[in-house]
Amino acid sequence: MKLSSSSERRDLLSRVVRPSSLAVVVACLALNACKVDARNDYLGDKSPKQFGLGRAAPAADIAAQNIDVSPNGEGLPAGSGTPEQGATVYAGACASCHGANGEGKPPAYPQLVGGPRGNFNFASDFKIPKTIGNYWPYATTLYDYIRRAMPLTAPGTLTPDQTYAVTAYLLNREGIVPAGTALDAKSLAAIKMPARDHFVSDDRRGSTGGKNVR
Amino acid sequence: MDESSSPITRRTLIAGAAVAGAGVLLSNLPSEAQQKAVQQPAAAPPPPPPVAPEDPTKVPGAPTTAVGERSPFVHPQRAPVGEITGTSFTPHQDLTGTITPADLHFTRIHAGTPTIDPAKHTLLIHGLVDRPIEFSVADLKRFPSVTRTHFVECSGNGRSAYRTPKPEMTPQQVDGMMSNSEWTGVTLDTLLHEAGVKSDAKWFLAEGGDACLLARSVPIAKAHDDALVVWGQNGEPLRPEQGFPIRLLLPGYEGNMNVKWLRRIKLGTEPFMTRWETSKYTDPLPDGKARIFSFEMDAKSLITSPAYPEKLTGPGWWPIRGLAWSGRGRITRVDISTDGGKTWSAAEVLTSLTPKAVARFERMWRWDGNETLLMSRAVDDTGYIQPTMAQLKPVRGPGTDYHFNSIRAWRIARDGTVTFEATT
Repeated sequence: MKLSSSSERRDLLSRVVRPSSLAVVVACLALNACKVDARNDYLGDKSPKQFGLGRAAPAADIAAQNIDVSPNGEGLPAGSGTPEQGATVYAGACASCHGANGEGKPPAYPQLVGGPRGNFNFASDFKIPKTIGNYWPYATTLYDYIRRAMPLTAPGTLTPDQTYAVTAYLLNREGIVPAGTALDAKSLAAIKMPARDHFVSDDRRGSTGGKNVR
Repeated sequence: MDESSSPITRRTLIAGAAVAGAGVLLSNLPSEAQQKAVQQPAAAPPPPPPVAPEDPTKVPGAPTTAVGERSPFVHPQRAPVGEITGTSFTPHQDLTGTITPADLHFTRIHAGTPTIDPAKHTLLIHGLVDRPIEFSVADLKRFPSVTRTHFVECSGNGRSAYRTPKPEMTPQQVDGMMSNSEWTGVTLDTLLHEAGVKSDAKWFLAEGGDACLLARSVPIAKAHDDALVVWGQNGEPLRPEQGFPIRLLLPGYEGNMNVKWLRRIKLGTEPFMTRWETSKYTDPLPDGKARIFSFEMDAKSLITSPAYPEKLTGPGWWPIRGLAWSGRGRITRVDISTDGGKTWSAAEVLTSLTPKAVARFERMWRWDGNETLLMSRAVDDTGYIQPTMAQLKPVRGPGTDYHFNSIRAWRIARDGTVTFEATT
């Protein structure tokens, strides 16, 4: 436990030094021999590595919640879907909010496809729509997000095949996968998105070791 | 309010103007008419105050009550925009001190506020750990606890004031997506010790139990530094819209990462690249790049009085009051300018300088009746000085999306009216 101020340290002590600990301190004082007082029992070497709380996570609970998908494809389930199959899924589950052609109903429902490509000049004008093809750096994020959160009023109801299909449909609309592509775990993770190389790490550091304003 | 470019004032709501960002919760194919029908209702005007007795010392007062209420003479309110993908703004102009009352703490929700039975809620820690563990809320409360004060600020806070400023903006509309609370919980470090983190774990995914399973990747160093899993806020259990029964608190990091309704933490070697940290909370820059994983909220301050729509009744002594905060550490100084930034002098900081928490500042000012601009700038313990708009805009661009911390101003007119200026 990291304590960031002496007052927090005092707070901890006042909580930790309860009657039993107090008895130890008193006994130590009486013996005038203890070099280690009660606070070290708590804050130092003798604090437990583990408190033994909680339970071993049941495998079924992990399996039910372990839904994240990484850019390397880890977490993608078996299954596949084509843009053509996805068009049907989209019309039934997505078009009511995001529009028949992915044009969205901003600001509540973002435009999904059809944003301008090429110059990535979003910082010059916030009205330039950020869409899958011009702003999303990883294709796997589409699967992850659709599985987590979509459709808005019935999240988690699409099957893996439907999720692959609607992902393929949106990527096809952005010209990223050709018609007829059966997208699956391997092919989805292999896609390099057009915006990928535009993302850079944060170089702000306060004023420490650099310019004040970045 | 990420999708919408400007907050909506209560006045415009009352006037029945169109409401931006209104979400709809309909099972299928909402028509335009249906959408209109479920849009955010106009905020009702507050009820008229009761008639106070001529001499309150001569009549018995009201009886004791189980739950207290605010005085019927005051009506601080959040300004809500949107519905299940909505935002509500803290009314800084109505508040004192530094703690935001929990029911006025700003909110940002991406799929509505879930109703969670705390007896059924669990926190799962798994991935690159020696022992995957599932904690009940009761389990978490048996760990050694800490109580710390920290602000939470949406990284989109100040967006309208930066991109589309208007003279008629209140402190609530300028910076209402920042609030400050006393939080109680257990350090994440303590919980990770319990699970035993493997040495190759460099990031963790924090996932909420709402209807979008909101998830963000966080570097493991933050878990060992000052991250908390909290269940208490300002002396009571978390409010539902603040994450009841438990939320992640990452002091100083952008609000979206402070995952509410926390249900799962997964340790991994790389960031998970969720939608929120890639296509959403990233910052376009003028050089054709976009910053990703821009966690810390840089130092910032805001004068909350005098501010629109206040009106100074005449020349004389007036207090200039406001708030300052930094996601990188302690506020060390707040400067005030009463001449539009030509000269600066230190304000009195009234509160303790707690890291990553709001400080309140004040300076008495003798207004001579002339038109002028009041400004504040915060300095933090990295030495960082809150930048001017002229410094910030060239490096971020006029259309960037997050992390708006430039110096702002209030214009005092000769007749005492106060209006907002983004300044240049």
